[in-house]
Amino acid sequence: MELIFEKSQAGRRAGRVPSYGLPVPEVPASLRRAQAPRLPELAENEIVRHFTNLADRNFGIDTGFYPLGSCTMKYNPRVNERVVALPGFANLHPHQEDEGAQGALELMWELQQILAEVAGLPAVTLQPAAGSQGELTGLMLMRAYFADRGEGEQRDTIITADTAHGTNPASVTMAGYKLEKVATTDRGNLDLDDLRAKVNERTAGLMLTNPSTLGLFDEGIAEVAEIFHSQGALLYYDGANLNAVVGISRPGDMGFDIVHYNLHKTFSQPHGGGGPGAGPVAVIEALEPFLPSPQVVRDGDVFRLDHDRPKSIGRVRGFAGPFGVFVRSYAYMRAYGPDLRAMSETAVLNANYVLARLRDVYELPYDRLCMHEFVLSARGLKKEHGVTALDVAKRLMDFGVHPPTIYFPLVVPEALMIEPTETESKERLDHFVDVMTRIAAEAAEDPSFLKEAPHKRPVRRLDEVKAAKEPVVKYAFGDRPLVEAGA
Amino acid sequence: MTAGYLSLTERDREEMLAAIGVSSMEELFAQIPASVRFDRELDVPPALSEAELVRHLEELAAKNAHTGSELSFLGAGIYDHYVPAIVDYVLQRGEFLTAYTPYQPEMSQGVLQAIFEYQTVICELTGMDVSNASGYDGFTVAADACLIARNHTGRSRIVLTETLNPQLRQVVKTYAPGFGLEVVEVPHDGGTTDPDRLAAASQDAAAVIFPQPNFFGCLEPAPDLAAAAKGAGALAVAHVDLTSLGVLEAPGAYGCDMAIGEGQSAGNYQSYGGPHYGFLAARTEFIRRLPGRIVGETTDLDGDRGFVLTLQTREQHIRREKATSNMTTNQTLLALGGLVTLSWLGPNGLRELGETCMSLVGYARERLGLPAAFDRPAFKELAVRTPIPARDVVRRARERGVHPGYVLGRDVDGMDDVLLVALTEKRTPAEIDRLADVLAEVC
Repeated sequence: MELIFEKSQAGRRAGRVPSYGLPVPEVPASLRRAQAPRLPELAENEIVRHFTNLADRNFGIDTGFYPLGSCTMKYNPRVNERVVALPGFANLHPHQEDEGAQGALELMWELQQILAEVAGLPAVTLQPAAGSQGELTGLMLMRAYFADRGEGEQRDTIITADTAHGTNPASVTMAGYKLEKVATTDRGNLDLDDLRAKVNERTAGLMLTNPSTLGLFDEGIAEVAEIFHSQGALLYYDGANLNAVVGISRPGDMGFDIVHYNLHKTFSQPHGGGGPGAGPVAVIEALEPFLPSPQVVRDGDVFRLDHDRPKSIGRVRGFAGPFGVFVRSYAYMRAYGPDLRAMSETAVLNANYVLARLRDVYELPYDRLCMHEFVLSARGLKKEHGVTALDVAKRLMDFGVHPPTIYFPLVVPEALMIEPTETESKERLDHFVDVMTRIAAEAAEDPSFLKEAPHKRPVRRLDEVKAAKEPVVKYAFGDRPLVEAGA
Repeated sequence: MTAGYLSLTERDREEMLAAIGVSSMEELFAQIPASVRFDRELDVPPALSEAELVRHLEELAAKNAHTGSELSFLGAGIYDHYVPAIVDYVLQRGEFLTAYTPYQPEMSQGVLQAIFEYQTVICELTGMDVSNASGYDGFTVAADACLIARNHTGRSRIVLTETLNPQLRQVVKTYAPGFGLEVVEVPHDGGTTDPDRLAAASQDAAAVIFPQPNFFGCLEPAPDLAAAAKGAGALAVAHVDLTSLGVLEAPGAYGCDMAIGEGQSAGNYQSYGGPHYGFLAARTEFIRRLPGRIVGETTDLDGDRGFVLTLQTREQHIRREKATSNMTTNQTLLALGGLVTLSWLGPNGLRELGETCMSLVGYARERLGLPAAFDRPAFKELAVRTPIPARDVVRRARERGVHPGYVLGRDVDGMDDVLLVALTEKRTPAEIDRLADVLAEVC
């Protein structure tokens, strides 16, 4: 398909900007733009068609089943889009005085209360922009807490699991900590002996998802917490998998001191092809003074932004956080009420159902009931037929199913990480099982057909190696010959 | 009957439990030790039907004074620019709205091509070679730029001008301890930054970050500031407003190494501060140090053009603790709003937008009856001195249905009597007349 720049014609235009017939002050010559930017020049009609055609070449939850493990691709309710567009939210300026933003502040305060109840922790900041920024914020809180106790120099190490999301070790580095990894047992729990050997007075804390990226609840979590707390260290809960346990088990009750939530996973903020998200963070009482500034607080019936936080780590992004995400997530929570528990229960039921039906078709490295997701291995298909997890993923596309997460977690070879979510019907799950079963059969009958999948997408399999070797990351206009248009 | 958005019937549940081989839901959760089970109902507000939910949120929204209910001259980083109708349409397409990060390119050509086009537009406007697929906002991208500069130069000193948005400076300072950075701030002289003063502060610096236009609305001597940074061996980073780049020079044209900024002005609603998109663009030599997603062009098995996430060996899911950043989620949908808006404006519309803003600033300068705080050319914001504390001006003017602007004293010492008045293309001369009348009444 042509790029929008390839459809451009000099002198054509869409939008018209108001002009009030006033004199335009001169821009000093040294600051004035010399060459016009080569923005597209199209009529509005063709812009709409361009993006409609691009949308047709994209797949969302609204298109079909999207069991992308660890991403919690549940239905994103349309009513949330209606309410976020209300002028009182969409056109509210972030510098509006608190008395002119009472509805927004009340919504944020209520959201904090619900999040605190879900985590079992007393204090919440809504500021972080995403899960990974929530992680970094959590580590900054640890740093500030230990510095305040005079242990800032001493505690220089964070421990993560070998099954951890890549964000955990990356956040550790960004926060200026050293990283140590702890092993996972054959049952998928943290290895307590390994942990006891590694946790000491230099340990600042642990970063852990529970359930883990294997979709398994750590059965020794109480002992894990005891090991860290007895050494004066803190526990950080990566909330990527929170959709498994809302109303069932609370991170605070498990012994975690800091928790981040992914509002774009658990609480249905649409992920928009990469973002936005939001990564609020909840903490124990002792960490509350260090939370980012400003904080939403309530004085009687009045809500305000509190900037007077002398021990705060500071600001991690602009304003009070990604407010539009808060509106959608708050609306989502209010649609369930206390039945949020049924949300998580159903997510676990759906995952276990698919697991039960696929366990004899693919290999199951950790043979347990799962939580909201599970990990299969295509190791057998690879050994017997040369068909990899990647091939299975690409073939799934031909059946209108988005592939699961593949090659993660790293501890499972040829991993297929499957998260159906709670909003799917049994028929959808059955269809997925049937397709996965059929693909396993095709692997035996005609492996080369799978190697060349997908066969029914707008493009065929794309060369990612070439893209990285000779990066072309913007359109070259006239600087090089026009590329022949694709499909 | 449960609330929410579930699809299973009671019969489905029974059949599924049987297929799993358990007799109850309870059995599914046996792996959770009793000591950490939550054994009561969540204490959260009751469930609402969709109609009740909409009413409840309408009531909350009605408690806010928005830029349609109050004549507003607020800016200071977020602006009341016009968002084209086609942005609403494109961003509500479920194929864009409800997709995840495009890990599987054959399922995601639409968003991948759109990001490639976005990267191109950002590079065109800023005069840079490479752009990532977006950062969280216009402030966190400054922290990203600092890390790139530290890793590239091996230096740890960051120079920020005090004419940058105070929130940007706060974010950089929050990130600085983890990055091992020392932050130095250079005061302004009469509303803009003195290049000589900046040069003196930039010795041994990894990066110098300066705005164009600046937080006070003024035009900085940007080419001289970039030269001051370069002369000291530091990377020059310009923080720019996309809506200004039809009339103001591209940072790449005056020697900057990176250009960053807040994209909200181009295509996003104000939304009480987010979500919006930050942009980060750089010269080619920094491509492997950029944080976040980058889309690249490639071919498929038939040799046809397609797009993929590329240079992923920079990223956390591959490189883990050695990654350039921990970033995963970005602001793709908001950046798509930027692409649609900038395509709708085109080069002529963008220039006209800048000219209209500047003409309104010129009109306000004549009309408001208050002295300009700084004797400098301005782009779309005008700082004026008030004879009484600016906070009182805001309070009294709001009683008359006008929000006259941002009180600079909220962040900057000694500016309690300075009001920053934002003038987007949506404000009219008649509205400026009304502001002038209200200011005359309350001052």
